[in-house]
Amino acid sequence: MSSDDADNNRRRFLTAATVVVGAVGTAAVAVPFLGSWSPSARARTAGAPVQADISKLEPGQQIIVKWRGKPVWVVRRDKAALATLPKVEDQLRDPESKDSVQPEYATNEYRSRKPEYLIIVGICTHLGCSPTYQREITADFQGGFFCPCHGSKFDFAGRVYQGVPAPLNLVVPPHYYVSDGVIRIGEDGVA
Amino acid sequence: MSENNNNSNGLLGWIDARFPLTKMFEEHLSKYYAPKNFNFWYFFGSLALLVLVIQIVTGIFLTMHYKPDGDLAFSSVEYIMRDVDWGWLIRYLHSTGASAFFIVVYLHMFRALIYGSYQKPRELIWLFGMFIFLALMAEAFMGYLLPWGQMSYWGAQVIISLFGAVPVVGDDLTLWIRGDFVVSDATLNRFFALHVVAVPIVLLMLVVMHIIALHEVGSNNPDGVEIKKNKDANGIPLDGIPFHPYYSVKDLVGVVVFLILFSVVVFFMPEMGGYFLEHANFVPANQFKTPEHIAPVWYFTPFYAILRAIPDKLLGVIAMFSAIIFLFLLPWIDRGKVKSVRYRSTTFKWLLVMLVVSFLGLGYLGALPVSPIRTTFSQIFSVGYFGFFVLLWWISKNEVTKPVPERVQ
Repeated sequence: MSSDDADNNRRRFLTAATVVVGAVGTAAVAVPFLGSWSPSARARTAGAPVQADISKLEPGQQIIVKWRGKPVWVVRRDKAALATLPKVEDQLRDPESKDSVQPEYATNEYRSRKPEYLIIVGICTHLGCSPTYQREITADFQGGFFCPCHGSKFDFAGRVYQGVPAPLNLVVPPHYYVSDGVIRIGEDGVA
Repeated sequence: MSENNNNSNGLLGWIDARFPLTKMFEEHLSKYYAPKNFNFWYFFGSLALLVLVIQIVTGIFLTMHYKPDGDLAFSSVEYIMRDVDWGWLIRYLHSTGASAFFIVVYLHMFRALIYGSYQKPRELIWLFGMFIFLALMAEAFMGYLLPWGQMSYWGAQVIISLFGAVPVVGDDLTLWIRGDFVVSDATLNRFFALHVVAVPIVLLMLVVMHIIALHEVGSNNPDGVEIKKNKDANGIPLDGIPFHPYYSVKDLVGVVVFLILFSVVVFFMPEMGGYFLEHANFVPANQFKTPEHIAPVWYFTPFYAILRAIPDKLLGVIAMFSAIIFLFLLPWIDRGKVKSVRYRSTTFKWLLVMLVVSFLGLGYLGALPVSPIRTTFSQIFSVGYFGFFVLLWWISKNEVTKPVPERVQ
């Protein structure tokens, strides 16, 4: 390849320029391929808000609503459950939900618009399992939610206990009351 | 035309003039000189190749009946099991093959560990091997989603969520991997593509590179001496014998014994008490209900136990991935000059015992539900696992070893 009269600087420049153009081209081609892995338009539309009738919910009961393919729990907390909330605060990792994800109107000790109703995404903030609702209040556990996968515990407001792997409280989705008995999940609304 | 070509006549001669068939056969089989002292531990390389072939053949036939669709996947697997002629056999061969692959590969890696086959000049063989191990784990993980049972679904949910521990981009990354807000049809479809096309191609390439690197340097042996140091007048190692027919015939014995054991599992215990095929996976995926007890298949449990041992999301994920990264770095962690355990120090032998006990202990605990006492033991075994690498680095610098013989014993 090399000969004595070759202009090596020129050759090096051309090699480098070719490599750069090739790399830019490869990167540009990678965009559509990598982009095709993002949620499709259909998946994004399926993320539209959903409505649920909660008028028949008895105190202590839980219903599961599907939103964005995820389970969203609606729990009607009874007085005993609400009474545990201030009691467990010193055992929680983020009792005031400063680091956790919830709309502004749910950044309170109940983590909800109305103290009675908890609306929360039923996916553990650790590794995505769905915790189970523990309605019983015992001496060992003041009730709430328990994740069977890695043992994370949450109180009746979905606030995570200390010493478990989950880093944050359960996520509160945007929601509002269309009427007293109907909630809409996925939109902030007014009340 | 190659000059040392003796078969210049007939069909073989015609081919050899156009493709180096005889040359390759000689280089890799009939004139590849392997040490004459291979023992039991040397069966597992060729067995891994056999299992790879089993997986590819059975896998191709499974794709002919399987439907990679969130609504159809589970029932198409049941269709294969009940309605397709011999479908049950092909599927059990594939599911048993997955576990057999890991058994064989773990034993193959242990062989490298005790005889120092990762040491200079075989670092690249070890690295290619580790990449094979990594590709195999990806292949097994994505294949496990395909039956779309409860364990498939929630196992994938947990493993993909591991990437959510990455700072800043974690959530976007998991969304991108899943292609949806939860594990869904989109996830199933891409995992199918990766499982049947992309990863197998990578795996095959890596296997070829693994073998080319091995045949370039030459095989290690239970004494850990280089047979190429002592050659006869023709340049053939004095302690070497041609791979074919000597080891091809020996490996054939291994193949027969392996296939007998493999058949026993396939025909009499394909679920292996819930270890090869987990019971929860006979229930269709339900995105609203996590199974009471969720555990990965047995070959991932050691790493899963390390993840669970640490009560912090990010640190747990880091620990789990470092467990594999440490293996990659083994050729540089071990600063010893003596390869085989036969001539290494007693301390090294005890470290090996500690590693094996820790690995098996973690594997056992990773398959069980969490409890405080089990978490404590997982933490102890995790320390044992990582301790092996740290202590090996420390002791191997000035290790007191026995004299290594000049020739194979």
